[in-house]
Amino acid sequence: MRLHEYQAKALFAARGIATPPGVVVTRVEEVTAAVAALSVPRCVVKAQIHAGARGKAGGVREVAADEAVAHAEALLGTRLVTTQTASDGLPVDALLIEAPVPAASELYLACVLDRSAGARVLLAGREGGMGVEEGEKPVSRVIDTLRGFSPYQGRELAKAIGLSGRAVAGFGDTVSALVGLAGGLDALLVEINPLILREDGTLVAGDAKIEIDDNALFRQPALEALRDPRQGDAKDEEARARGLQYIALDGDIGCLVNGAGLAMATMDLIAQAGGRPANFLDVGGGTTAQKVAEALTLLARDPRVKVVLVNIFGGIVRCDLIAEGLLLAVSGLGRPLPIVVRLVGTREEEGRRALANGGLHGDVTQSLEEAAQLAVRRAQTS
Amino acid sequence: MSVLVHKETRVLCQGFTGKQGTFHCQQALDYGTRIVGGVTPGKGGTRHLERPVFDTVAEAVAAVEPDASVIYVPAPMAADAILEAASAGIALVVCITEGIPVADMLRVKALLPATTRLIGPNCPGIITSGECKIGIMPGSIHERGVVGIVSRSGTLTYEAVAQTTAEGLGQTTCIGIGGDPVHGLGFIDCLRLFEADPATEGILLVGEIGGAQEEAAAEYIREHVTKPVVAYIAGTTAPPGRRMGHAGAVIAGTLGTAQAKKAALAEAGVRVVDSPAHMGRALAKRLAR
Repeated sequence: MRLHEYQAKALFAARGIATPPGVVVTRVEEVTAAVAALSVPRCVVKAQIHAGARGKAGGVREVAADEAVAHAEALLGTRLVTTQTASDGLPVDALLIEAPVPAASELYLACVLDRSAGARVLLAGREGGMGVEEGEKPVSRVIDTLRGFSPYQGRELAKAIGLSGRAVAGFGDTVSALVGLAGGLDALLVEINPLILREDGTLVAGDAKIEIDDNALFRQPALEALRDPRQGDAKDEEARARGLQYIALDGDIGCLVNGAGLAMATMDLIAQAGGRPANFLDVGGGTTAQKVAEALTLLARDPRVKVVLVNIFGGIVRCDLIAEGLLLAVSGLGRPLPIVVRLVGTREEEGRRALANGGLHGDVTQSLEEAAQLAVRRAQTS
Repeated sequence: MSVLVHKETRVLCQGFTGKQGTFHCQQALDYGTRIVGGVTPGKGGTRHLERPVFDTVAEAVAAVEPDASVIYVPAPMAADAILEAASAGIALVVCITEGIPVADMLRVKALLPATTRLIGPNCPGIITSGECKIGIMPGSIHERGVVGIVSRSGTLTYEAVAQTTAEGLGQTTCIGIGGDPVHGLGFIDCLRLFEADPATEGILLVGEIGGAQEEAAAEYIREHVTKPVVAYIAGTTAPPGRRMGHAGAVIAGTLGTAQAKKAALAEAGVRVVDSPAHMGRALAKRLAR
């Protein structure tokens, strides 16, 4: 789960990491008061969306105080498209209006979960901001899981990236706070980019990015209130609530598969056959007839979906039960949606017979590749 | 021959009396697996599936001497269950549980003694065809044979199994290493085991997007594996930045793409198939059958 910048900055501030003075607004009428509260001649207006590269897309802009209302009006209620969003962008429902912070230089600092190290790793660099990906590689330090982190390691990291004077202590404190946050929040990523170094050697978090481990949300009840369902696809959220793993894509072939690996493989096969998947959907390796039925209903509601490819490897789950679930769901879809079913595994013949007898509108096959080809053909001709 | 588990392997189950534990242990018993008992705190002294139940793994180890333990404990307690099994000296721990917080797995990784091998979590388990099934895979599709299979995915492993069975190759042992970013045995551990196992003639590696395990495996294969290897990598069409069902299946920037993994494996002499339907056939060709 991702947090918004303003939410992450509130968590930063509570840990003692300095952030620019700022006010969150969700309506244009609130902007004048927000700018007045900051009492600055210029301000930075930042669109709050769950994606980066906002600056280049016009989602972060410094404007004169008296231009803030007009700029807010142009952003609020629109969808911002950046290089990191889908082609239809993400909704701008909130703006963070901040006082500008003059920077002597912009640093980079992050605490990430590094899968190959099997540990949390600190990354720090002299070249933060928008150029972090092109610049020098950040310095990395593995945090020993059992020994934990001690503040001196933060100061050593400051020296390793060439800081001196007052900034060394401040940077060390920031690293300590960051590590504390990552552990305390079960975060996969806590990133400050840029970490603004001012002329006087003090540091301010220019931006804030936090990603929480979804698997740990059960023990982070306070974070549930920070979830913004509008930043995900509506169907992603609905699927999540039903225990399905769904990710919207931009094709026209709906995919309903059990198992994440097989679901990705199905998408790959559709692409190889010249088609485009409308989604990734994993109903779970040991799925039930009811889950399959719910998933089919969910997919059918997407008007872009011209055909649904159902690919179930029935191992523990029986194919005849899956077939019953499919037939039940098809009868309630409310539109004639062609369905290609590839059903193999335990009691597969009974399952295929049930589909044939039940008058399924579509094709039934045993072959993985044939299923993908049939689905692509159906999508092209409907 | 086989790797890690065989018909003599004595298996304990943690989370034995729960719904998952009960169902899958019954399936394992039907397959011929030697389930010797289970652990459910608070139910020690009772019997379940005609086997003794213990409160702690240590008690179970003293009484029934298991070689391996399979874990069906819910995610919030699963890391503790792994550590309990390791602390009791069990040499092979297979954790099926999905959804364990990654911070818990960091701790497990740091504390796991060298004497304990962990498979998983978030995996289908391990099976030696016709001998010993530890996990949730359907036993019926497996045939005794010559292929070693190692995979990050569940149902995609079943595809690989079904295909090698259909080709008449059969399998020695299949290991699902799991879809989480931090887990136990990796590709390289399994490749080493299959290379050393005289009964394994060929190896099928099923990878997916995310991380750099496949690239590391490619390096290892180039240096150390003499047996034919066929690989399939899922997720060529997956969009970057999205977690594709598995916690570990995510392309971060340009890291973890299917293209890079395929290229690394191909360069190491692995036959990489673009279609998941061709895994069995490609290996059969490599084995010249």
